Amino acid sequence: MTGPTGHSPRAETTDLVVIGAGVVGAAAAYFAARAGLRVTVVDRGPLAGGTSSAGEGNLLVSDKEAGPELDLALFSQRVWREDLAEHAGLWEFEAKGGLVVAATPGGADALAKLVLEQRAQGIEAVDVPKDELPDYEPHLSPELVSGAFYPQDAQVQPMLVVAHLLRMARQAGARVRTDTEVTGFLRTGERITGVRTSRGPLSAPAVLNAGGTWAGVVAELAGVRVPVLPRRGCVLVTQPLPVMVRHKVYAAEYVGDVASSDAALQTSPVVEGTRAGTILIGSSRERVGFDREVPPPLLAALARNAIALFPFLASVQAIRSYLGFRPYCPDHLPVIGPDPRAPGLWHACGHEGAGVGLSVGTGKLLAQALTDRPTGLDLTPFAPERFEQALPGDEVNPDAP
Amino acid sequence: MRGNADVTADVAVADVAVADVAVVGAGPAGMAAAVEAATAGLTVALVDAGERPGGQYWRHGPHDEGPLAGQHGRRTFAALRAGLVRTGTRTFFGHQVWLIARDADRFTLHLRPTHDGRGPGTRTLTARSLILCPGAYDRQLPVPGWDLPGVMAAGGVQALLKGSGTLAGRRAVVAGTGPFLLPVATGLAAAGAEIVMVCEANPLRGWLRDPGGALREPAKAVEGAQYAALLARHGIPYRTRTVVTEIRGEDRVRSVRIAPLDRDGRPRSGVRIEVDADLVALGWGFTPSLELPLMVGARTRLDTDGSLVAVVDARQRADVPGGPGVYLAGEATGVGGAALAVREGRLSGLAAAGDLGRTIDEGRMRRLQRAIRRGRRFAAALHTATPVPPGWTDWLDGSTLICRCEEVTYGDLCHAARELGAKDPRTLKMLARPGMGMCQGRVCGFATAQVAAALTGGSPSTPSADDLLPLARRPLATPVTLGEIAALGEES
Repeated sequence: MTGPTGHSPRAETTDLVVIGAGVVGAAAAYFAARAGLRVTVVDRGPLAGGTSSAGEGNLLVSDKEAGPELDLALFSQRVWREDLAEHAGLWEFEAKGGLVVAATPGGADALAKLVLEQRAQGIEAVDVPKDELPDYEPHLSPELVSGAFYPQDAQVQPMLVVAHLLRMARQAGARVRTDTEVTGFLRTGERITGVRTSRGPLSAPAVLNAGGTWAGVVAELAGVRVPVLPRRGCVLVTQPLPVMVRHKVYAAEYVGDVASSDAALQTSPVVEGTRAGTILIGSSRERVGFDREVPPPLLAALARNAIALFPFLASVQAIRSYLGFRPYCPDHLPVIGPDPRAPGLWHACGHEGAGVGLSVGTGKLLAQALTDRPTGLDLTPFAPERFEQALPGDEVNPDAP
Repeated sequence: MRGNADVTADVAVADVAVADVAVVGAGPAGMAAAVEAATAGLTVALVDAGERPGGQYWRHGPHDEGPLAGQHGRRTFAALRAGLVRTGTRTFFGHQVWLIARDADRFTLHLRPTHDGRGPGTRTLTARSLILCPGAYDRQLPVPGWDLPGVMAAGGVQALLKGSGTLAGRRAVVAGTGPFLLPVATGLAAAGAEIVMVCEANPLRGWLRDPGGALREPAKAVEGAQYAALLARHGIPYRTRTVVTEIRGEDRVRSVRIAPLDRDGRPRSGVRIEVDADLVALGWGFTPSLELPLMVGARTRLDTDGSLVAVVDARQRADVPGGPGVYLAGEATGVGGAALAVREGRLSGLAAAGDLGRTIDEGRMRRLQRAIRRGRRFAAALHTATPVPPGWTDWLDGSTLICRCEEVTYGDLCHAARELGAKDPRTLKMLARPGMGMCQGRVCGFATAQVAAALTGGSPSTPSADDLLPLARRPLATPVTLGEIAALGEES
């Protein structure tokens, strides 16, 4: 990595400033610090204060169709299971597997077709006929028609991922500054040479925008456009129970919802147990800006969908709900890599609902690129400037503040 | 025979009830609010989780005869209950509100039976205005051994005594701070328990002799003098600047370690005594229930006792998005006791009626406002005199449970703060899970925020309103079955 490191004589100097102490920023900081860079992570709030603490901690391949995101998911799988294997216990890594179920004969046909395609892409998938569904999930509704089991799907506790990645990054020399808001960028000519923060300037030849759902605002401070939009999701949490749901279980329509760009509310059932005994019930997708008010019909839809999969849930108590805002790009792909429009600025954002799963692969790839090594995956499909030519799915941002 | 049949739960035929104003909580504030609003001509629906009016304060005896003799404000209770009957106030007792939605100029309240399998099931109530009087619950500070059987919240001990005359133990230590320890101790003594000691963490002796003198609240002065006399009559040792630092026993409470506090509010090491006891009643003040005020978006502030409370204007109106229409009365606006709650309830009922176009007595309103201001000053002075000792976390050890639902220890919180970088209560909660279990932080929320402040802040450090807010916000006000949630909206 080259470039001037000093801008303001009083600015503290480092090799890389990471904006955002969420799961993507933490993973990038970890791999960059381990690669020998001096890293400073800044966040305007606490660690994992945004979307990282508002999901279920899924590491999924089952919901991916062939394409760059699946490549990144499979790459990340190896990072979770190989590079980070020794730390798996720290973040409650559980290779629980995912079970996708179809409720109609039509859904079963579509699922069978998806499984064939996914297998061709290297995803492990097992066809589960109706009579074998109870072997996987004894409490599933007998109305379901068929299923597919994905042994690679796993789960982590995302807050612990963030906290431990940042802890290990600190051990490798990184500094983490929470409650430190980026207010602008330092520049030498066109080149980004650091950031101004609420606690003073930080000078660095590389600045990584890992601002999650707020990454578009960060990019704007640097004068470039990265169209990240919030896509709200809501989760219901039940009382703690003995194990009733063994895997992540979801309906086949979920894959279609994930890939959709519709602004209207979509719900499809996703049900899974946690280490703590609670059962998490999703999923919903809607584009309502950063509205935090959850309309009762949304909760009702989540509950109804979940009961359709697991009838016993009707008499189980929910104790809370939470929501978050997935950072979503019009083409459903994350933004990863250097920004030629603002040399010195890098991005790692827009991972939508898959940020936890994709975080470590993203972090490793960035560390490779930042240290001028060949990357384990081609970053071209994730290029930040790809939105400069309007894409078919691109549009005027209706969620802009 | 069932008493008070006149105001028992109204089992309606229709599932949807409509009223001008819905009053949630039928304690002192809610009863007063309902009676005033109804007297001024509004149709009122009064909801409470209990089967009878009165709330936590006016508890009914074992035979439903209403508050037992000797309870303060019995006459007020009787008058308010008569008022509910006279005005035909519609009551929904035995029901909890688990969700409130606002739609244009209507509030929709979703109710469920407090006890599963009883009553008519999920019901919906719509109203033009909302008066929330959710009350408060015991504030707890963990201490080693507080999870042993025989350790109870002071309010819980009191509830047992009032509700069923049950004595929770024979040899009791009553500890914590504030005047509420006194009725608990004298009540236990009157019921036949031996009070080994009352441990008051603050230097309250002067207060006890003349609690109201400087504050011109004669009723409180009389009350304080009565308790002082009762303590003397029962020969109850009363020690100030003294705390319980450890509760010992294998299967239940056997003994209690007690220590004086130093000037910084830390237990003095080496000067502790141990007394035998089978009951420990701990009272550290009260935490207002804010689930419903927060659900409708009420703005909050930090009160002088360190509690998060809702902000109200001079007419008890909450500051909520969507414009006026929400009123708050009682402990939710600041812990101040039953007499103040009744006044706030009355004012909120009058204000709601006035805002809906009814003629109200402005002079009476001003008198209530003056009395409320006086009561608030008294409460603030009392809070200032009875703080939680700043060094209380010193008596915790690594294995002391902070969150009982999720079995999170003080050591777990220290680890999350020191090793994992949690610097605020919300992050502490996400990393170590305090407050994530069935009670959703109602028991451990205050303590978790205090521990977070002590672990990460300077000294002395107290949690801010921003620290407390994420621990108080509960999107579902009470646990509710997924079946009930699934049925949302089917009524309309």
